[in-house]
Parts: sequence; structure tokens; C-alpha cells
Amino acid sequence: MKSLLKTGVAAVAIFAANVAQADEEANLVINEEIEITVRTDAPAHAENLSTIYSGWVFRSDETQSLQMDDFENPGMIFVDDAIDTWNTVEGSEGNSCASCHGEPESMAGVRAVYPKWNDAAEEVRTIAMQVNDCRTEQMGAEEWKYDGGDMLNMEALLASFSRGLPVNVAIDGPVEAMWELGRDIYYTRYGQLDLSCANCHEDNYGNNIRADHLSQGQINGFPTYRLKNAKLNGVQSRFRGCVRDTRAETFSVGSEEFIALELYVASRGNGLSVEGPSVRN
Amino acid sequence: MAENVKPRVRVPRDATAGEAIVIKTLISHTMESGQRKDGDGNTIPRSIINRFTCEFNGELVIDVTLEPAISTNPYFEFQATVPETGTFDFTWYDDDGDVYTDSKDITVG
Amino acid sequence: MKLTRRHTLMMAFGSVVATMLPMRAFAALDDEVAAFTGGAEMGSEGITLIAPEIAENGNTVPIEVSAPGAEAIIVFAAGNPTPAVATFNFGPLAAAQSAATRIRLAGTQDVVAIARMPDGSFVEARQEVKVTIGGCGG
Ligand code: HEC
Ligand code: HEC
Repeated sequence: MKSLLKTGVAAVAIFAANVAQADEEANLVINEEIEITVRTDAPAHAENLSTIYSGWVFRSDETQSLQMDDFENPGMIFVDDAIDTWNTVEGSEGNSCASCHGEPESMAGVRAVYPKWNDAAEEVRTIAMQVNDCRTEQMGAEEWKYDGGDMLNMEALLASFSRGLPVNVAIDGPVEAMWELGRDIYYTRYGQLDLSCANCHEDNYGNNIRADHLSQGQINGFPTYRLKNAKLNGVQSRFRGCVRDTRAETFSVGSEEFIALELYVASRGNGLSVEGPSVRN
Repeated sequence: MAENVKPRVRVPRDATAGEAIVIKTLISHTMESGQRKDGDGNTIPRSIINRFTCEFNGELVIDVTLEPAISTNPYFEFQATVPETGTFDFTWYDDDGDVYTDSKDITVG
Repeated sequence: MKLTRRHTLMMAFGSVVATMLPMRAFAALDDEVAAFTGGAEMGSEGITLIAPEIAENGNTVPIEVSAPGAEAIIVFAAGNPTPAVATFNFGPLAAAQSAATRIRLAGTQDVVAIARMPDGSFVEARQEVKVTIGGCGG
């Protein structure tokens, strides 16, 4: 299936086989109700993968179970927080999110298709960019910090109302150039370790790096509540952490490069369910 | 008070008399242990929830003493007996003197 | 819960940081245990402690304790600088003398649970939890 020797000599030394993979067979149903697709056929444009897997599959039994019930998933506290924010009037126009969008349930399905093209602005928008556009243009309110607490709470809310729906990000038409930029970045080797995203997440998923069980680096579960820092984590902050681990200079959160990479990585997960807020290590 | 402290509690809506039910509680709190240092090397003062209680119609179910080794956003799961229709009261006590509460009604049919 | 997976983790390069904390931690533990038990002898029957054999992250380790009939259960992390973790006191409406929570472990160490029974006796359960250091994401 995967070859340890695909990557360079330096890289090989840091990967080890994870022999016990029983947990990779597990299925995820949230609240005994929402069925999550955690493995499915890879979309044609993820040409080096045959099956795509949610990061949930690679976590320990204990971590997996934290996501199976919304009263055990600490990420859901922040969805509650965001529901309050959703209904709070802010900014010069006297609007709350609810003024225009009604109940947050109206957002069902939205998370699944982001990042997506915005015709009026002629740009690829992540969901965070769209929320900030509503804040500044529709509410006359301050922008939220990209991957800051308020934004991640709202992203968790938006994701939670799309849980179980298949990720379905468009890759052609006006987004094509950005998608290709994202793909180039994904396969570029960075840093002293000379590793690309693909070296870890495509060539070595299922193996261990140090003590960590490598996933495919999918983003269907974002924002993720990480046990490590006990808070919600944004997609691009996670990218930054991964690039930094190769001892490379990284792109900044909100940059053109990371928007392109987010679009590309999201599209590699087309077919997996939206899962956020998920729980990871 | 500590910012944005939010409880999240699950109690079933109904039960039969004497039934044992499972209760799950989460609350958002940093649980600053008092052992971490800030960027300047100064110890960040301890600030935790130090006690959690659950009562049903005024009678005790569980009374927990928390130390700084309890994780951020404390979680508790435990079981309660429901003798009659009534109300569960949940109380979290913060080091800084604040008290956070939540309550849930349950109907015995 | 299956607890025996991931022995294989240990094979990974530069793998697991299985350091024990300094011995002084154990002296602190002895004092705290004595404060709870008054130095009484301890049995090992009638108390269960469920903890992962290997925790993916020491910041959030799920544990569960149960001691049917107990008045109180105290939990220690033997290798933490301050070993005390939590004390569960059960009231008349506790349907079971059991509870689950999530704890912080500063490295690989034993988690210890001690229950005080209504007859004044004490029982203890203990389990080692290996704490791993993840590879990615800062
Ligand atoms: C004054 C009205 C108004 C307010 C207030 C407002 N929005 Fe919007 N929102 C819009 C409009 C108009 C669109 C664009 C609809 C479209 O093009 O599909 C939109 C689109 C969105 C979308 C993308 C929907 C999609 O299908 O792609 C999201 C997500 C969103 N808003 C979130 C929010 C949030 C969160 C808030 C509060 C912080 C908010 N909005 C406040 C008017 C508003
Ligand atoms: C040196 C190996 C390595 C490289 C290179 C690397 N990652 Fe990671 N990445 C990891 C490890 C280890 C984790 C944590 C375990 C896991 O979820 O795979 C991780 C986690 C992730 C996650 C979280 C997955 C989830 O389910 O929450 C994403 C997303 C991710 N990486 C994306 C990327 C992207 C995009 C790149 C390229 C910019 C990249 N990674 C480069 C090792 C790497």
C-alpha cells in the first residue's frame, strides 16, 4: 500500500510502522444519530490515493470516543458560545447574524462547499473570509482575527450544522488557478527536513512519526479541539504548525498561499463528512 | 469573573421512579494550574474551579474537589438516582469567588 | 475499552518520552495519601480504575473510577509535581460510586485511586499511563 522508501533517506529514519491498526476500522456515529463518513473512495483529483480517511480514524480509542457524544466533546461548548454571538447585535448597522440569516440551522450545507469562489469579489473565499465580509460589509462591525477565538467559535457553529454532509468543494472554473497553486504547495518540499505535505500525509499515513500516528492531514474535521492545547484550532494554524515542523519559514495565516492550500486540501477530502468541531490529539 | 465560563449539562428529560441515570457535565474554564510561566518567566497565578456539586431537590448526588491537575474545560460523568420529579442543580466554584450554576428538570412518569 | 494497542508506538524513532519525574514527587504522594487514609492499611478489592495504557496527550487523559459502596474516592497522579487530582464525595442520591473525568499528567507515571469505605477501610487501585509526545503541529 504505502512505501516507507518513497521519501528521502533522511525522512525514512523518522517514520515507523504502526503495526496495530485495529482502530483504523472504527466507524463514527455522533450522538447515536449523525453518521459520519470517515473513509471513502478518493476523488479522482487526489490521484495518489485510493481511499481517503478522516483524521479521526488514526486517533486512539480514547480520543475517538470524545467525539461520539456532544456532551463529551469540549468543542461543543464553543458552539454554544457562538450561538449567543449569532444572536447578538453588533456594529453600526444594528444587525446580528440572525437578523439576516435567521436560525443557525439555515447554514446547513454551507461549510461543506468552502472554500469557494465569490463572484462579486472575484476571489476564493474561506468560510472565515466570508464571515468577516458579513461583519464588515453587512454589520459595520470589526473584523475577527483569522483563527482567533471568536472566529473559530463561529466556524465551529457553522461546521456543526453541516455535520454528516459530504465535503463537496469545487475545483474547476474560476477557482482552478488557486487550486493548482495549492497543489503545487502540497507537493513542494520545505525546510531543513526537506519534506512536503505529501511525504508525510500521502506517503506515510498510518505510520508513526515520533509517537504520533500520521493521518492523511484531511481538514473535514476543522475546527479541531486538540487535547494538546485544549482549545479550538483553525485549519491554517495547523498548516503553519506542520510547515514549521519541517524547520521551514512558513506562510502566514490568511495568506494567498494558505488560502490556496486550504482549497486544495479541502478538495482532497471531497466525499468525507463535515465533522467539526472534531477532537484530535 | 473569569471570561466566558459556560456550562453544558446533559440530563435525560424523563425517568422512571428510582432509575439510575447518567449525567455528563462540561464547563469552559482554562484551569490555570499555577505552574505555568508567561513569556517573561513569571509564574501565571493559579485560577481554577476548585469544587463542583450536583444536588437533586436539595439532596446531594456528588461533591467533587478539583485540583490543578484537572484538565482545561473540566468534564464530569456520574450516575444519579431519581426518586421523584424534580430539579438537578449544578454548581461550580471558582478560585476567584465566582459561582456558576445550571439546573435541569426531570419528570418521573 | 481496549487498552493494549500501540505498544508498537514504542518502536518509533526518538519515540516515547517515558521519563519519570524526580523521586521527591513520591514523598509528596506519601504525605497526601496519609492525609486521606490516616496511614491505614489498604486493600485492593472492590475498586476499579480505568485509564489508557498510552495517552495521546498528557494534557487531557480520560480516567474513570468506581468503588461500589464507597463514601469517597481520591485520585492522585503519582508523578505530578503536585500529586492530588480530585476527590469525589458521593451523596445519598449517587446511583453508583463512580465518576469519569479528564486529567493532566506531566509525563509517564502511575495514576492512583483510593476509596474510603463506610466501615473506615481503604482500597487502592493503580495503573501506569504512558504519555507520548506528538510529532506535529506546534
Ligand atoms: C445584513 C445582512 C447580513 C448579516 C447581518 C450577516 N450576513 Fe452573512 N450573508 C449575507 C448575505 C447577503 C450573504 C451572501 C449570500 C450569498 O451570496 O449566498 C451572506 C453569506 C453568508 C455566509 C455564506 C453562505 C453561503 O451559502 O455561502 C455565511 C457563512 C454567513 N453569511 C455568515 C454570517 C455570520 C456568521 C454573520 C454574523 C457574524 C452574518 N453572516 C451576518 C447577509 C448578512
Ligand atoms: C514531518 C511530517 C509532516 C509534514 C511534512 C506535514 N505534516 Fe501535517 N501532520 C503531521 C503530524 C504528525 C500530524 C498529527 C497527526 C495527524 O493528524 O496526522 C499532522 C496533522 C495535520 C493535520 C490535522 C489533521 C486532522 O485530522 O486534524 C492537517 C490538516 C495537516 N497535518 C496538514 C498538513 C499540510 C497541509 C502539510 C503541508 C504544508 C503538512 N501537514 C505537512 C506531520 C506532518
